[in-house]
Amino acid sequence: MNQSEFNIHALYDNDDLMINSIKILIKKKITIYEVYTPFPVHNLDKLLELKKTNLSFLSFLYGFFGFFLASILTWYTMIYDWPQNIGGKPAFSWVRNLPAFIPVIFEFSIFFSAHFMCITYLIQCKLFPGSYPKNPDPRTTDNLFLIEINTKNNVKKLLNLLKKNGAMEVNVKRIV
Amino acid sequence: MLTNHESTSIRKPLIIGNKTFQNITEDILNPIERKVGTLWWISFFISILAFFWGLGCIFYTLNTGIGVWGLNRTINWAWDITNFVWWVGIGHAGTLISAVLLLFRQKWRLSINRSAEAMTIFAVIQAGLFPIIHMGRPWNAHWVLPIPNQFGSLWPNFNSPLLWDVFAISTYFSVSTVFWFMGLIPDFAMIRDRVKNPIKKKIYGILSFGWGGRSKDWKRFEEISLVLAGLCTPLVFSVHTIVSFDFSTSVIKGWHSTIFPPYFVAGAIFSGFAMVQTLLGVARKVLSLENYITRNHIEYMNMIILLTGGIVTLAYISEFILAWYSNNPFEKFIYFSVKAATGPFWWAFWILIICNVLIPQFLWIKSIRRSFFWSYIIAIIINIGMWFERFDIIVLNLSHDYLPSSWTGFIPTFVDVGIFIGTIGFFFVLYLLYIRVFPVISQSELKTILKSSKTSINITKK
Repeated sequence: MNQSEFNIHALYDNDDLMINSIKILIKKKITIYEVYTPFPVHNLDKLLELKKTNLSFLSFLYGFFGFFLASILTWYTMIYDWPQNIGGKPAFSWVRNLPAFIPVIFEFSIFFSAHFMCITYLIQCKLFPGSYPKNPDPRTTDNLFLIEINTKNNVKKLLNLLKKNGAMEVNVKRIV
Repeated sequence: MLTNHESTSIRKPLIIGNKTFQNITEDILNPIERKVGTLWWISFFISILAFFWGLGCIFYTLNTGIGVWGLNRTINWAWDITNFVWWVGIGHAGTLISAVLLLFRQKWRLSINRSAEAMTIFAVIQAGLFPIIHMGRPWNAHWVLPIPNQFGSLWPNFNSPLLWDVFAISTYFSVSTVFWFMGLIPDFAMIRDRVKNPIKKKIYGILSFGWGGRSKDWKRFEEISLVLAGLCTPLVFSVHTIVSFDFSTSVIKGWHSTIFPPYFVAGAIFSGFAMVQTLLGVARKVLSLENYITRNHIEYMNMIILLTGGIVTLAYISEFILAWYSNNPFEKFIYFSVKAATGPFWWAFWILIICNVLIPQFLWIKSIRRSFFWSYIIAIIINIGMWFERFDIIVLNLSHDYLPSSWTGFIPTFVDVGIFIGTIGFFFVLYLLYIRVFPVISQSELKTILKSSKTSINITKK
């Protein structure tokens, strides 16, 4: 990408037009660098062949970690470190006391699963408080859809193609 | 996923007024950019007054001790736990609308989910205050957490339902907040890119985390929304189930009941939806959201109120029949029994029946179910009824315990009333501030159903 000469932004005011344009670009084997949309557009990920995200699996792992931690915590505090005999019901076995620990183990699992998944998501997307806006045009968070293409040559031909396929505005920037 | 556009012609439009993507942006931005009206200031002034009154009562309690409440040796839990359960219940509809309805692909949630989520968070804050104040020494509140300490082997008791509450409520609060904030990020970015005031631009720039709406980010966003919804759904059910364990794991007659967990969950959804109706009724008018919060939304919510109200009524009937059939002399005094209806707390019993069982039945009539005015009135009545339900469960059951020599009544003091009113004030202060500075509708999600709404309009016109 660093060797590219031009950075092209094609803006659309309709998601169907943008999807149609992407299909044509893919057919013509033009590499799309990025697509910015104001809302999640159906099937866009399949068209761009985006990799399946691993967030749900990671969430499961984090939940499992929470489950494990809560199990250790209840065992250590209630059975190992301070086994109390409450109302003639001694706390000498974690398994036998397990029904009473289920609410806490469940809540821990959910807590870890949800929070760590969101933190991972923010890190993966490079989203941090106050970081610089990633959209090249502020209108993409409102009503416009943007296709970003980095190319070396045939700029004029590409511009005509984009305009012909419904782009309401095409901006070109020389980047090298 | 969120982007599923499929819609049939028999679906009623969820957005009216022939809106465009930009119209939605402007309508959501409008309350944030424009100056507030007199109505907002009046509401804010009343709320903050109530809040300060409540704050004064809390300080009085902390300085003097909880002896200033109307509690006695028999009724040792009264308004505090009533208010706690009531507020937690109110908090339930928010997550239900966001999470459960997302899993069921219910698009009508989109106009109301943001406000409902905010309501959840603000309601859980109020709920959390009561157990802390009830401790009498809130500066030691951290002792409920399993923190290593200088007292040797001393840990909180994980066998206790009250400790389960600590973990359930705090997890519910933090996960709901995360769910809410994650959904807000794209909307904050929209405000950041539109707002003209440089200070506001800076603040929303920080809050939006640099969101740009890249296709990869949206894909991940949809994934975490769905997983969070999947995590929040059992969480909603677990939280009120655990709250009901406070009662059902005890040996008090009328409390020691296996029906409590499902009955409390249904009751929570019932009262939560009533509060959503109450808040959205105000927000719709004050923020001019008539095109987004339509009669259809009101009707769908009323249908859920009817369903959960039916479940709650069934639980009431079961309790009544079981108390009668057991022929246990102490069961005759439980909150659903002949003595409850005719004894010293008959008024509380009948308020509950009228508000929760009889009045909601009017919602079977379509014109009432679709009426903004009547829905609003019925929602307020249900809120009152659900408060009395919790009051009846706690005070009626405790008032006539196993020792007839300790039977007693309960009269709240001005401090009890003050703290309750104070939490209502605090709740509305938070909500009023929220509607001024946060996008009240999830605009990025709402835009996904704009086209299907338009199709429906055209077909309906034909």
